[in-house]
Formats: sequence, C-alpha cells, structure tokens
Amino acid sequence: MSERIAAGRAQGAAGPELIQAVPLRRPGRYLAAAVILIAMFLFVWGVATNSAYGWGEFGKYLFDQRISQAAGITLLLTAFAMLGAIVLGVILAVMRLSPNPVLKSVSWMFLWFFRGTPVYVQLVFWGLLATIYKRIDLGVPFVRQFAHIDTSTFFSVFWLAVIGLALNESAYMAEIVRAGISSVDEGQQEAATALGMSWGQSMFRIVLPQAMRVIIPPTGNELISMLKTTSLVTAVPYSFDLYTRARDISAETFNPIPLLLVASAWYLFFTSVLMVGQFYLERYFARGASRKMSAKQLQALADAQGGGHV
Amino acid sequence: MSGPSTEMVRSEGVCKYFGALEVLKGISLTVNRGEVMCLLGPSGSGKSTFLRCINHLEQITAGRLYVDGELVGYHQRGDKLHEMTARDAARQRRDIGMVFQRFNLFPHKTALENVTEAPIRVKKQPKSQATARGKELLARVGLSDKAEAYPAQLSGGQQQRVAIARALAMDPKLMLFDEPTSALDPELVGEVLDVMKRLAQDGMTMVVVTHEMGFAREVADSLVFMDAGVVVETGDPREVLANPKHDRTKAFLSKVL
Repeated sequence: MSERIAAGRAQGAAGPELIQAVPLRRPGRYLAAAVILIAMFLFVWGVATNSAYGWGEFGKYLFDQRISQAAGITLLLTAFAMLGAIVLGVILAVMRLSPNPVLKSVSWMFLWFFRGTPVYVQLVFWGLLATIYKRIDLGVPFVRQFAHIDTSTFFSVFWLAVIGLALNESAYMAEIVRAGISSVDEGQQEAATALGMSWGQSMFRIVLPQAMRVIIPPTGNELISMLKTTSLVTAVPYSFDLYTRARDISAETFNPIPLLLVASAWYLFFTSVLMVGQFYLERYFARGASRKMSAKQLQALADAQGGGHV
Repeated sequence: MSGPSTEMVRSEGVCKYFGALEVLKGISLTVNRGEVMCLLGPSGSGKSTFLRCINHLEQITAGRLYVDGELVGYHQRGDKLHEMTARDAARQRRDIGMVFQRFNLFPHKTALENVTEAPIRVKKQPKSQATARGKELLARVGLSDKAEAYPAQLSGGQQQRVAIARALAMDPKLMLFDEPTSALDPELVGEVLDVMKRLAQDGMTMVVVTHEMGFAREVADSLVFMDAGVVVETGDPREVLANPKHDRTKAFLSKVL
C-alpha cells in the first residue's frame, strides 16, 4: 500500500515526507502465542502417542474404497437435499410475504409442521411411505385415474432420504430467506414499483439479490449442518452414507475409534471446502454494499488524480 | 369522464384514509401539460401522500384522480369502479416517473444499471439500446463519468441525479418529486435543482413536493399550499409567496422564509 503511494509520489512532484513510525510493541501477543503453542504441542503429542486412537487403522481406512464411495454419496445427499431446500425455501418465504392470504397461510402451515417435528422422526416416516401409501393414483379424485405409481419401487431409499432432508430443511431456509427479504429497505420495493415493475420482478430482480447478503452466512451454516445431518438417513433406513458406512465397517473390525476419526476427517475436509466457497459467494453479493472501493477502482482514481496534476 | 387534453393531472375531491385517520380531506386541483406545480406545507399535511396517490402507490378512498385523462387505479364501467389488476396499475405507473426523498437507488447495481433496469425488464428494450440511452441520460444529469460507480460511492446529490435519470429512462409524461433535496447537504441541493430546472425548461410536467422556496418562485407555474389534508391556498407562486392571503399560509411562510 505505502509502496504504491511512494511510487505515485516519485512520478509527480515531491510531496510531503511520508510518516515512517516505529510500530507499537505488543509483548502480550507473543506470550499468549507461546502458551497456546505449548498446550497444542502437548495435546498433539498425547493424541499421536495414544494407541487407543489407532492411527495405523486410520491410515488404512482413510482412502478405503467403501469410505470414499460413502463420502461421495454423503456429498450427493447434501447437494440434492440442500438444492431442494433452497428452492423450496425461497418459494415458501416469497409465499409468506406475498399479499395473497391463501399462499401466506399455506406457507405458514408447512413451516409449522416441518419445523415442529424432529427430522429423525420425519425420516422414519418417509421410510414408511410405501407402508402408508402402497400406491399413488394420478387423475381426478373419485372419478378417473390415469396413472398409478407403485411407491415401493418408484421411490428409491436414496430419494426418500433426499426428500425427507430437503422438506425439513426448507422450513428453516424459508425463515432465513424471509429474514433476508425483511432486511431490505422498503423504499427498494417502492422504487421498483414506481418504475412499473411487477411484484415478482421487484422481488426477484431488486429485493432478493440484496437480501442475499443477509441470507448467505446462515445458509452456509445450514449447508454445513446438512452435511452432518445426512448421518441421520440411517433412520429411513439408508446405509450408504459416510457415517453409517464407517460404523458398519467398525462393526467388522470391533474398533470404532479409528473409523470415527476417518469419518470425521472426511466431514472436516468437506466443510473446509464449503467455507472457502462461502467466502467467494459472499464477496460476490457484497458488491455495492460498501463505500470502500476495490483496489482497481482506487488505482483508477489515483491515476486520474496523477493525470490532473501533471 | 376524462378531462380535456391540456390536463395532465386532475384531482376531484380526493380523500385518503389510513384506517380511521383522514390524511387527505378532499383535494381538488389540476396540473396542465408542461406545467410545474409545487406542493408546499408543514410535515403531516398530506403532500407526500397525495403525490403517492397520483401513481397509485397509495389507493385513494374517495374522489376521482385522473392522469392524462385516465382514471388512476380503477376502471370505470357504468357508474361502478372496479379495482385495477396489478398488471394494469404497473402499466399506468410506467408513464409516471417518481423521485424519492431518500433516492432509493438499487445499491447492488451500478449507476448505469440503475438507469437501464426498468427499460430492459419492463419495456423489454434491447440491452444495447437501453445502455446507449442510459449513458445519454447520465450525461444529461452531468454524471457520464460515474456510470460504473455503485450508489454507495456517490454523494447524495449525485445519487439523486442518478435517480432522476432512472425515472427519465422510462420516458415518463409526468414526473413526481417527493422532497428531492430534503436529505441533501446544503451545498449539494443546487446541483439537483439545476437538473430539475432544465427538465422544466424542456417542457416536462412536474409535481414537486418541496421546501425550496427559491425553486418554487423561479420554476413553478403554480403553487399549492396544503395543511391538515386540505388545500389552503393556491395560485401563482410569486404571488402566493409574496402576499399569502390565508393566515395559515402566512404563519408557515414566516417560519420558513
């Protein structure tokens, strides 16, 4: 930063001498860092030398094909469920805020039910779908049926798990989206309306993009939470996700700890990747939110200023 | 019935209630084509509400309001009024530009995108055409070098000028200004008023809620003084400002002049 200023100065006339102050000393920081480093070393040492962790087993199973496959399935479950939840959540939130009283109450009732019952119970129910509804008829009720869906063959356990997770999550997403929309100044909708935009246009073009800044951080939270909630799909019962698979393998080896560590390592890896993605997404939707200019804009202004003086 | 073609806005006994609260108690006035009307009055007198009724941001409770001979917000069939669909109301609003006290620019869009958004989305103009016209309008308000800036990077005066360009991009036949300079630093008021003055000289029909007496005296063709939801006095702005007839107008002007 200061080099750039200095370079700018060198080009133009000699400006005032820049301040070269001696930085403040901060001994407390070094002390705290030393204490924490020692404590961390002791902990890591303990973990590495404690045979109960079974690091040999850990290494053996970390990239085991069954595990990496299960990790992929967990990712798929997360992606599909979250995608469904976001789409449905936005629809529910928009319904809830729409001027239409019918849509409003439908959205409220959906939320009331899916947020009010445990996700585990919901997943068990989805597993029992084929027991409750043996087949689904499409057509005019009581009059004529055009098509029949045999539930036990039509819905695979995987998709039942996805539906279960998505519907539950969409209720939470709806509240996040609603909070985001409510955070946008009323004048925005008004200005869009005054320009002749329809309610939907002003919602999707003007209000929602601004709401994204508020929506993304908690959605990142929900995504990470969803990644781990997939371990509950064993309730459906679906048994090919990361946690259930790791537990099944440890049932053969009679040593649960290394496999729990393996599963944890994979979950941690995925959440780390997601956090990086969230950073870039937040940066994108922050455009225009701050008076602070980007490095590019500042440089353009500095150039314009330099040009004016020469 | 619709007014003769010289009338842009015709208000006949317009009332607005918010629940039991009467905000407008029978406003009757006309704004002719190419005319600038200034609405003056203490806060809470209903001037902003009346302005918002003109483009149907508020629905009137009684009376009749016409813009360009067309009833605002309702269809008349026989002697019954039918509520207008949202689509029809939006179609009416397209031709009426509005500038707000707090600018209400879209913060996630650049100055140019603010100006081109409605022509592209509402009028379905091709992007290239809307962009060319947007740049022209930004130049007209003296901001051609700020096309790529986001609203937060502009001063209040610049933001309000972008907002005026945004409203003009829809080629309105009527412009409504709701205290356009009240949120500005004193030194920035002039640049916005200059743009408005030029607009008036170009023949735009304007209804302006303002406290800028100088602007009213210099630019307006008529001045309406409102208080407590009624029109107290109306006439030539120079005449009303110099010799107010009504006591309420006198009292108000003595405080602000």
